[in-house]
Amino acid sequence: MAESIAAPVSVTQDKDIRIVEFTHNKILDEGNIAEIGNTLKSLTDERANPKLLLDFANVDHLSSAALGMLININNLVRQKNGQLRLASIKPQIFEVFVITKLNKLFRIFPNREEAKASFM
Amino acid sequence: MVGGGSKEQCNGCGGGGTGSPKVLQFEIASDANADMRKVKQQIMAEVKRCGFCEDDAFAIHLALEEAMINAAKHGNNFDPSKKIHIAAKISPSAAEFTIEDEGGGFSRSCVPDPRLEENLEKSSGRGLLLIESYMNRVEYTCGGRKLHMVKQRENGVH
Repeated sequence: MAESIAAPVSVTQDKDIRIVEFTHNKILDEGNIAEIGNTLKSLTDERANPKLLLDFANVDHLSSAALGMLININNLVRQKNGQLRLASIKPQIFEVFVITKLNKLFRIFPNREEAKASFM
Repeated sequence: MVGGGSKEQCNGCGGGGTGSPKVLQFEIASDANADMRKVKQQIMAEVKRCGFCEDDAFAIHLALEEAMINAAKHGNNFDPSKKIHIAAKISPSAAEFTIEDEGGGFSRSCVPDPRLEENLEKSSGRGLLLIESYMNRVEYTCGGRKLHMVKQRENGVH
């Protein structure tokens, strides 16, 4: 099977919120994770008090390495007095967050609209 | 793996029937991401053919991913000269895996619990927790170089 060469995320803007949608259904490969991490870091570095919304609607699989990347981004966003929200996580993926107790670390919402409404 | 020592015994599940378990064996280099993907694809195809439900397939996929990455990264330090040996025995009732690296081994008790508050914001250390949460039986032998894990066919996380 040919590897996808599409960008792993698509980024849009809604007022002052950067919305990042994962385009691949699997966030597994270290290379893929590193690329996503670099994109999210760039978005975090763009401005003071960044507001970042990550939409997981397309994600069916992710690895612990992806969780690690998200933790690093969460720390970067916090260092810049920003806000990070995760949205539209499928039940099987959400269970991974629960098992690792990362549902306590991240602000997770059932859909994009509720996540957007939660930004201060 | 590919072009290396891939061996298969084609006993097959018979699409969920009562045939002998299918045994798949692979040997891949630690830096061979493409080979790792192919191994996972072959194994998951067999899991699907044996009729495991979506929740069980998800559990197997995740545990396999974590085990293979652990072997490559922590076991073999991504040393291309070191191999990962993978054996999968898939039947309609259970999926059983052995993943062995060629590294120095480790002690399970030395890996901290990533759920503790002091570890929650660390970016690594969750692989074993996920393997042990999603598989029914997990054993470490050969000084930690060999992982044996089993998923019984049923729903949910254990």
